[in-house]
Amino acid sequence: MRRLLIPLLALFMVAGAAFAQKVTLTYLVDDTQTDSGIVQALAAAYMKQHPDVTINVDLRPGGTDGDNIVKTRLATGEMDDLFWYNSGSLLQALHPEQTLVDLSGQAFMNNVVDSFKQAVSQGSAVFGVPTQTGMAGGILYNKAVFQKLGLQVPKTWDEFVANNAKIKAAGITPVAASFASGNTWTAQLFVLADYYNVAQAEPGFAASYTANKIDIATDPAALAGFQHLQQGYDLGWWQKDAATSTYNDALKMLATGQAAQYPMLTFALSEIQKNFPDQVNDIGFFAQPGTDAAKNGATMWMPAATYIPKTTTGAKLQAALDFVSFIASSAGTDVITNTVTPNGPYFIKGATLPDNVLPAVKDIQAYIDSGASYPALEFLSPLKGPNLEQICVAIATGQMTAEQGAKNYELDLQRQAQQLNLPGW
Amino acid sequence: MAQLPAKSGDATTRPKTRAASKKSPYSYWFYVPSAVVFGVFFLLPTALAFYFSLTRWTLFSSTFIGFKNFVYFFQDPQLSLAFRNTLIFAVLTCGLKVVISLPLAALLTSGLRLQSFFRNVVFFPVLISAVAVGITFLTLMRPSEGIINLGLRAIGLPGPDWLGNPHLAIYSVALVDTWRGLGIATLIFIAGITAIPKEYFDAAALEGGAWVKFRHVILPLSRNATFTVILLAFIGGLRTFDIIWTTTGGGPGFASDVLTSVVYKEYQAGFYGLSAAGNVVLFVVIMALVYPLMRFFNRRELEL
Amino acid sequence: MRRRGPATRLWLDLVMLIVVGLVFVVPFAFIVLMASKTSQEAATFSLALPSQFRLFSNVWDVIQFRDYRMLLALWNSCLLTVGSVVLVVLLGASLAFVIQRRTDRLASFASAMVLTGLIVPPAVVPTIFVLQKLGLYKTLFGLIFVEVALQLPFTMLIMRAFLASIPRQIDEAALIDGASSWQLFGYVIFPLLRPAIITVVVVTAVVIYNDFTLPLYFLPGAKNVTAQITLFSFMSQFTNQWNLLFADVLVITIPPLLMFMFFNRQLVSGLTSGSVKG
Repeated sequence: MRRLLIPLLALFMVAGAAFAQKVTLTYLVDDTQTDSGIVQALAAAYMKQHPDVTINVDLRPGGTDGDNIVKTRLATGEMDDLFWYNSGSLLQALHPEQTLVDLSGQAFMNNVVDSFKQAVSQGSAVFGVPTQTGMAGGILYNKAVFQKLGLQVPKTWDEFVANNAKIKAAGITPVAASFASGNTWTAQLFVLADYYNVAQAEPGFAASYTANKIDIATDPAALAGFQHLQQGYDLGWWQKDAATSTYNDALKMLATGQAAQYPMLTFALSEIQKNFPDQVNDIGFFAQPGTDAAKNGATMWMPAATYIPKTTTGAKLQAALDFVSFIASSAGTDVITNTVTPNGPYFIKGATLPDNVLPAVKDIQAYIDSGASYPALEFLSPLKGPNLEQICVAIATGQMTAEQGAKNYELDLQRQAQQLNLPGW
Repeated sequence: MAQLPAKSGDATTRPKTRAASKKSPYSYWFYVPSAVVFGVFFLLPTALAFYFSLTRWTLFSSTFIGFKNFVYFFQDPQLSLAFRNTLIFAVLTCGLKVVISLPLAALLTSGLRLQSFFRNVVFFPVLISAVAVGITFLTLMRPSEGIINLGLRAIGLPGPDWLGNPHLAIYSVALVDTWRGLGIATLIFIAGITAIPKEYFDAAALEGGAWVKFRHVILPLSRNATFTVILLAFIGGLRTFDIIWTTTGGGPGFASDVLTSVVYKEYQAGFYGLSAAGNVVLFVVIMALVYPLMRFFNRRELEL
Repeated sequence: MRRRGPATRLWLDLVMLIVVGLVFVVPFAFIVLMASKTSQEAATFSLALPSQFRLFSNVWDVIQFRDYRMLLALWNSCLLTVGSVVLVVLLGASLAFVIQRRTDRLASFASAMVLTGLIVPPAVVPTIFVLQKLGLYKTLFGLIFVEVALQLPFTMLIMRAFLASIPRQIDEAALIDGASSWQLFGYVIFPLLRPAIITVVVVTAVVIYNDFTLPLYFLPGAKNVTAQITLFSFMSQFTNQWNLLFADVLVITIPPLLMFMFFNRQLVSGLTSGSVKG
């Protein structure tokens, strides 16, 4: 047996050298249907063009469990050849300069829009290419409900509050909430999506926030998001079972008109389209209102990206880079468009959105076109407290006041900054 | 184990051991396999973790910072709530398990017609994973459509928001955990009761009925089993994690956080050194609570 | 005792039936019910009977999902469980034997050491470092050793408690008959431990089979999927298909159920026929 094996092995090696790239890559992505669907479609399209390359898609859980898996694998040198991960502050926690391949010198990076590169950079190095559309964070609303009650899209927070009073009087839940375990990230939107307003009120907020020159608990602009949550609890905007409702419960309420509004990122649109194809055109988007109607605009989220760890080398690295260049092309974005509904703009030059995009996506585009959009704080600062979601739930369920919550968050930030070893903390 | 010297006490060596009378028949070799596995795969990583608790550790690199992590750990504003919840949870689940499962075990060894059916059914929850139990009870405990509240409303009681009410959540999870762990406790008690020599029961039967039997035979003579159950349930309660994580995730907000979920969230946040420090604290707390209990039980262990 | 009137027993049986039925049977019936519905009907969470009985097609959907991944998962889980349980029983029994029989300092030190394992949570990343150094990372063997190390304390505790009820006279008799210490353990004590062994087998098998965190960290990769991990990924894949989610719960609960049914009789008879009592 062994006699046979060695020539066989030799044969394989020679053959391998001759055909140069019989390469098998693995790609790690979270197991949500949209994200893993995108990667599977991209891999299939690429393999069709490159029969010599095989890309196997590995799945991991999403959420913070998934973040842990990614960090653990990178730290122990056991990462897949390519992986999917958020951009912005979450990426910074992976210590990309130590663990990821710098893509800044690659030709295909010219296809990537500069504003995205910021969100995946450290120093002069750039680490990822966007692998989905960008999205906005704000209020998804049911247009049918608004029409029935004769409501206008609010431009200021006071108008929003007045709308909610009318909606509640009509027996409809003004704002759907989903505070169940595992869904608490959804509670942060009032705070995070308020960043456009914060940045309007205090230009340069991100830098002074990172340098510990701002006290969340006393800064009026920063505090507003927390106060909104408390107001929601005080005025009874959420549905009765909010504390045990899930993200999907909330989407269902919004789509079926049981709730009029849901503060959310627009990636929820794909989920709504999948589960409520008949209602998705009733869903619109508006930016979270602030104090000044003249300064109304949307907070934007950068897409997740594909990264290559430093442990990918040799022929695999070459193949991985080629696959990444495919992702960063309009051919790649077309594959994505055919797989999931676009939730916002692409960050690839030359990428086009189909004409039949969802109405809510057109709403987003209107903000972008009029210059009224600004990135969320997590793409401008590495600092984001891990307990924000629980703090938001605690405020929104009446366990803390906005001020107590903000104080708690200040402590949370302090711990995060100490761990990141940021100067000024 | 097969490779280890299998024979040391045959006819020729035995007189020697007897004569020396120091050599115990309980060879130290019995320690070796366990010591290797336990040492390499548990103690060594744990010792490393203790070291990392003194560092700022990003997984990619670590810097020694002394006891700062412990200071940060105790600065957590939610910590006192987590301490309180941990104690409530451990005492409540441990107490409920003992109080329910001992009489249950007595009943299930008393020759009911459906005895084996009951035993099986009570043990079934043990077979389901925490994730599955979490999914099931999240559904059963839904405030509006959940079956538990439908049942309560049918008999005219108001159904609370079991897992969503911040004041109630930790107690609801304790109930779920009791439901899940009752099978094991009952099993240990059944084993303990069946180990009681028959004569005791016969004597009790002469004196009176089921109560005498329970009060004067089962209760005192299943003391070892009681100790085992209390110890396992109490330690299990103090370091419980999975059932909390799959039902409330420590919420709403921080309302049902326990020490382990606080530590886990720190780990998730990437505060690896801090969470290692949290584990050390957890260890010390559990030791401080459990060690006296263990000493007490060991001294009073019953040899039948 | 046996002489008590059947009438009194009957009401006890009935009361137990109602209580046990409500507390333990209803949740199970609910799982089966949910798994039998269409996804729309399951989404209402009601106790209403399904309009179409979909149990088998739901279970089939779950099994053939992603190229029969479920079958691979069940196989992996069973290998892991059997391997770990066999090893932990052997190690735990010998350890408990020497600790319970010896009363010297080493024994109490060892006992204290092992019990820390009951208390200290496992350190994930350092364990990965150790496994990598030994070349055991991402192997079933590596994970088995970790599981064994983590289950050893419980096993030792149960076995030690049981050993306390085996009189030392039995050891002495065997030694006088010329048994070596290994023979004493292997031929006399180990068989007597049977009831404790069965308890340990059932409990640790369930714990190991039902664990999802350790496989998630120590055995990554699509080939290495385990039963509980399918449930985890189902939760994010089928957010609105509660019927499939519960069908998955049902499918992955079958192996422990079979094991329990297999050991059940022995669990009971093993418990009652313990040779040392009375």
